[in-house]
Amino acid sequence: MTKSNSSLKTKNKSYNNSLGNRIGLGLLYLVLGAVALFQIYPLVWLFFFSLKTNAEVFGTSPFALPKDPQWGNYLKAWVDGGVGAYFFNSVWVTVTAVILTVLFASFVTFAITRMDWKLNKLVLGLFMVGLMVPIHSALIPLFSFFLDLNLIDHPLSIILTYTAYNLPITIMILLGFYYTLPREVEEAAVMDGCSVHRIFFQITLPMTMPVISTTAIINMIYNWNEFVFVNTFISSDKYKTLTVGIQNFIGQYLTDWGAIGATLMISIIPVLIAFFILSNRIVDGIAAGSVKG
Amino acid sequence: MKQVMSNKLIIAMYTLPALILILALVYVPIVMTGYYGLMEWDGIGAKTFIGLENYIGLMQDAKFWDSAYHSFLLAAFSTLSLVGYLVISLVLANKLKGSELLRKIYLIPMLLSSVAIAQLWLKIYDPNNGMLNSLLEIFGVENTPTWLADPKLVLISIFIAIIWQYAGFYIIIYSAALKGIPESLVEAARIDGANPIQIAYKVKLPLIAGVIKVTIVLAIVGSLKYFDLIYVMTGGGPNGASEVLASYMYKEAFASYNFGYGSAVGFALLVICLIITWLVRKLTASNEEIQY
Repeated sequence: MTKSNSSLKTKNKSYNNSLGNRIGLGLLYLVLGAVALFQIYPLVWLFFFSLKTNAEVFGTSPFALPKDPQWGNYLKAWVDGGVGAYFFNSVWVTVTAVILTVLFASFVTFAITRMDWKLNKLVLGLFMVGLMVPIHSALIPLFSFFLDLNLIDHPLSIILTYTAYNLPITIMILLGFYYTLPREVEEAAVMDGCSVHRIFFQITLPMTMPVISTTAIINMIYNWNEFVFVNTFISSDKYKTLTVGIQNFIGQYLTDWGAIGATLMISIIPVLIAFFILSNRIVDGIAAGSVKG
Repeated sequence: MKQVMSNKLIIAMYTLPALILILALVYVPIVMTGYYGLMEWDGIGAKTFIGLENYIGLMQDAKFWDSAYHSFLLAAFSTLSLVGYLVISLVLANKLKGSELLRKIYLIPMLLSSVAIAQLWLKIYDPNNGMLNSLLEIFGVENTPTWLADPKLVLISIFIAIIWQYAGFYIIIYSAALKGIPESLVEAARIDGANPIQIAYKVKLPLIAGVIKVTIVLAIVGSLKYFDLIYVMTGGGPNGASEVLASYMYKEAFASYNFGYGSAVGFALLVICLIITWLVRKLTASNEEIQY
């Protein structure tokens, strides 16, 4: 038995180093590299045409580099096209909704995992089933609800909706972390006569900072990219966020590829920067948010 | 301890903000959708109760069935493409140099908004100045297709953009699951003489069956909910060739002001999503949670 095992092992080893295997590995990298190129090249191309004049876009090869980078396209989008205003709307709406979501989700997760009550499984189930609800099925009643509350064309409508719809995924990611967190510190605090609020704010929240930053970045990306709710609830330009704003802008500058490219670049740059700094957290968040489901 | 941690008032304070939001903005609305489906309503004026008329109309509405068919096609394509993502993840799991970097590169499009992706792919598919047709012309293709303007090609063109968007997402999920497999199991199979393909097929795949099940649900339900990209790229055109359930609902309500009928479509979408989720879980329930 041992003998056959070791002979197999050596056989495997020589097989690993053979020429055929190296060619195979090379081919593998070629395929993986081609997939990476497919994923990344459209963005490079976008960056190039955002710096081109219309004459270049329509007259020369789409694969050519911009001859004389037109940074003015970015200025045109930001100032004339009003993209700057959309950008700041996106920032504050995103940040407000993220803070609300993470805070409310932490409250609930704390109550579910740390406190004793009978309905906690039911409440948890309610949030988890929420993951499956298609937003389009709720859109018309939401619209009419906000209309009744005079919140149509008011930023509060999108902030509240973002918070509500991101709660399930946020709670799900938090839950995994809370379950693994040792309870000794909290138990000791209770013994010392610490109030629940102090435990939550001074012990639990600081201890869950790593997972909070994971959920915050995931939420940020979702909110930044959200389209349907803004498109449905917001009609004035002064409240529109980037996703709907760039639709507006592109409607006005239909044939100006350079300006359109610049607008798209402006909308994706913050996400790309976040990704370069926090890619591990983002990867963790995506994995935690779905694997456990 | 028990007394402090079972304070009803504090439990209510901690749970109610989130609970009220999810009840008011998620659960009440989906029930109301079904109810509004029983009304004739322009969205602003009074609602008139018309019973099941909208739902019966739905059953006989060719446009609804076309949209449903397109949604199901996208769902089928998305589910099939999972095989490709799974293969890539299995390859990357073999401690290949640079696999971390590759996974991250694959993920980048997923982080962009569907609107930006749609606008970018509109430019890629542009029949005159787009990247794709220029590429085809370099290879000597004459009569390059018009992609999004061609009723036969529009769905598949959109689907390619969807692959571009979601490939990294599924690869990350599969990779995380594969990382969770204990090294000792793989090592044992290797010592028993299994080659990498056998290890992938006979050892790793069965161990991540639960995650594969989740991704099938995600792919199908995600496709049925698909909206942003199609709305921006084609608006459901040309001539309804890329209309899907969500875009049909949106048009009926917010373009034609048939809020009652739109609600009926929205409710049908919800029911279809729930049935499919249940069905997929049921059909794949055979291999329950595996313990290692």
